[in-house]
Amino acid sequence: MKMELLMGNQAIAMGAIRAGVGVVTGYPGTPSTEILETIAKKNPGNIYVEWSVNEKSALEVAAGAAYAGQRTMVTMKQVGMNVASDPLMSLAYIGVKGGMVIVVADDPGPISSQTEQDSRHFGIFAKLPVFDPSSPEEAYLMIGDAFEYSEKYNTPVLFRPTTRVCHAYATIEVDENCYEFKPEGFVKDSKWVIFPRLSYSNHIKIEERQPILSKDFSSYIYNSVIGTGKKGIATGGISYAYTREALSNMKGECKLFKVATPHPFPEELALEFLEGLEEVLVIEELDPVIEKELIYLCGKYNLNIKIMGKHTKHIQNAGENTVESVTQAISKFLKITVPKAKKAIDLPILPVRPPVLCAGCPHRASFYAVKKAMQGKKSVFSGDIGCYTLGNAKPLEMVDTCLCMGAGITIAQGLHRVEPDTINFAFVGDSTFFHTGIPGVINAVYNETDIVLIVLDNSTTAMTGNQPHPGTGRTMMGNVTEKIVISEVLKAIGVKHVVTINPFDLENAVIEVKAAAEFKGISAIVFKAPCIAVAPPSPLSFVDKEKCTGCKKCIRELGCPAIVKDGDKVKIDQALCYGCTLCKNICPFHAIGGIDVDRK
Amino acid sequence: MLIENKKSGIHMREKMINCIVTGVGGQGTVLASKLIASSAMNKGMKVRTSETIGMSQRGGGVVSHVRIGDEIHSPLININSADVIIGFEPAEAVRFLPYLKEEGTVIVANYPIKPVTDSLSDTNYNGADMIRYLKDNVAHLFVLDAETVFAECGSVKVLNTALLGVAAASGVLGFSLEDMEEAIYEKVSEKFIDMNIKALHFGAETFLKQNGDNDESNSI
Repeated sequence: MKMELLMGNQAIAMGAIRAGVGVVTGYPGTPSTEILETIAKKNPGNIYVEWSVNEKSALEVAAGAAYAGQRTMVTMKQVGMNVASDPLMSLAYIGVKGGMVIVVADDPGPISSQTEQDSRHFGIFAKLPVFDPSSPEEAYLMIGDAFEYSEKYNTPVLFRPTTRVCHAYATIEVDENCYEFKPEGFVKDSKWVIFPRLSYSNHIKIEERQPILSKDFSSYIYNSVIGTGKKGIATGGISYAYTREALSNMKGECKLFKVATPHPFPEELALEFLEGLEEVLVIEELDPVIEKELIYLCGKYNLNIKIMGKHTKHIQNAGENTVESVTQAISKFLKITVPKAKKAIDLPILPVRPPVLCAGCPHRASFYAVKKAMQGKKSVFSGDIGCYTLGNAKPLEMVDTCLCMGAGITIAQGLHRVEPDTINFAFVGDSTFFHTGIPGVINAVYNETDIVLIVLDNSTTAMTGNQPHPGTGRTMMGNVTEKIVISEVLKAIGVKHVVTINPFDLENAVIEVKAAAEFKGISAIVFKAPCIAVAPPSPLSFVDKEKCTGCKKCIRELGCPAIVKDGDKVKIDQALCYGCTLCKNICPFHAIGGIDVDRK
Repeated sequence: MLIENKKSGIHMREKMINCIVTGVGGQGTVLASKLIASSAMNKGMKVRTSETIGMSQRGGGVVSHVRIGDEIHSPLININSADVIIGFEPAEAVRFLPYLKEEGTVIVANYPIKPVTDSLSDTNYNGADMIRYLKDNVAHLFVLDAETVFAECGSVKVLNTALLGVAAASGVLGFSLEDMEEAIYEKVSEKFIDMNIKALHFGAETFLKQNGDNDESNSI
């Protein structure tokens, strides 16, 4: 045993390694990414780990391994579960042999996501057990329990941490021993083939299992009831940590129910909690899952207890909880006055710092080329999920729509059907192209929809921290594999006009965009230039103060974070510049040039 | 002052320590928070921290919460609760002032990073205004001149360890310069150790020079 400072996601990975996991799959997505990365980094040698092409594939690969008796884990963010929901729902009926834990990280806030969906509902929907850790150290131990329950009930289980557990670090006692797990192998049996009759009989078994699991969970170590009084607080996940902190700050006394398994709800323990209470405040993030379970129990058992929470507006419906928000709610509930928050100091006007494309980012050049080419033309730019969503910001303003992974390609087709005279562009990143982009392209080819596809190929999955994908020729096992070339894929699925070009070759890039826009039928441009995080910097750019007239065209049109005002001229911040030369290409006075200096 | 720090090791503190490290993505706030955490752990203390990860890293403001103590539940520091704010950038230090305790300390570098939005509009963000605001509103403030760090240490990349040098020398974190050095040897990759140690000492010396060992009233 040794003490280590681990991120929640690292703790989940270390806990899974300790539990003897043998196959780990997933698709990157904040806040879940570091789980799989840690598995790959700390792999004792006997774990197969892959970034799958998307979450559906990841879940299916893991399910296959679990059919063969292996302990498997799948990782994804909450919206990834939408993609994986097809195999999830059916797998719930089929079940598994080896323990299978599906880690799905929710993102209250949301901090880096499209939705504030609550993945506990997927557990309720698919009738699968859900584990909800409240801290990194709990997650470290709980993931092992999740494997045990999965095998005990032959069912996949969901493990649902949230951002503040995933990305928090805590001092954790790490057990260096690993559970040795030997899979039995696949045994042929009709139980692995889903047919309506099997589904019917398995449905009966699942329904019979729910109350048994509920009873089992009532004695699960991380579900607990502590304290006394006529008032009670029910909570789970990170909100439990906030509640404990708030209660100890205000020296509040009440009954406290911690729910670590929101589904199936630990009914017996909940009744023990409700016993003798008059009022309950439920503190949770996202949807009122615990709250509704308690209201249901009060109805079922005729209990005259007032349940308060989101439906009574005592807890906010959207956004994440904080110690402050929880403190305010509890102080009202327990009628304890807390010291008034120090008068909100009137802060001066602060500069806003929205996330922006990095200095040297090839996406800036690609967007700029398309913008120049389409000047004065009626065009709509459908974007997608990735760093390039940031192309939405001023001064580029090149993202008109963004919905979900792969949707830009198909949204553009819908727009075209209503306004065929508008030139509809669809931007997609390389990893997103492989994830869910390809079927959309085939749809346009098949239905003869005239759109212009722009693939922003920066040879990495940049937004989530530079993970490899099928186009990079590297796997998470460290193998060098065949690179799947996007332009070849496009040609093979019937796109007749495909051009690959470096977006920093600005003049030709603009010409190629114009040609692609003229082409009748779907056309495609692959803008190929590596992300600055995976490519070495070029000689940096500098501004010749003699030639610079201070027109600020470079600032106005590019919005590069390395170009800043310097008196009435501009300068290039040498700590940020990557030497991409885009500014050099657009300066009307040729005041920007490259110089070969060592980067400090 | 350094000797005093050693004697008043973190074990002797009854309370927990809450520290906010803030700056702009890419300035090295994460390493700074890791070094603080590691120094505390070497002293046998438990640590909870929380980092900005994801989309907001791209040129956005970033913050690390570092909490040291045995009875801590939340990974995030509550408002009015930080003992110290270490600001890598003046406006970011100001942004987190609501988290500072009444009697808390702010250690800040005077190097402003202009966001793209500022260059595009004509708001003319100016770090000096922020420093002035801090002087008027913070009881215990130390301003580190970033240009001298860059000049003395030869790189903009070690602003983080220079600020930690100030923090260690001032004693606000409850551990000494030696503790911080140990953490650097453990956590920083070998080829960058020397420059970080140099910056750490530069920060500490700057603090001691500006505060004067014999003038207690002047110290932060």
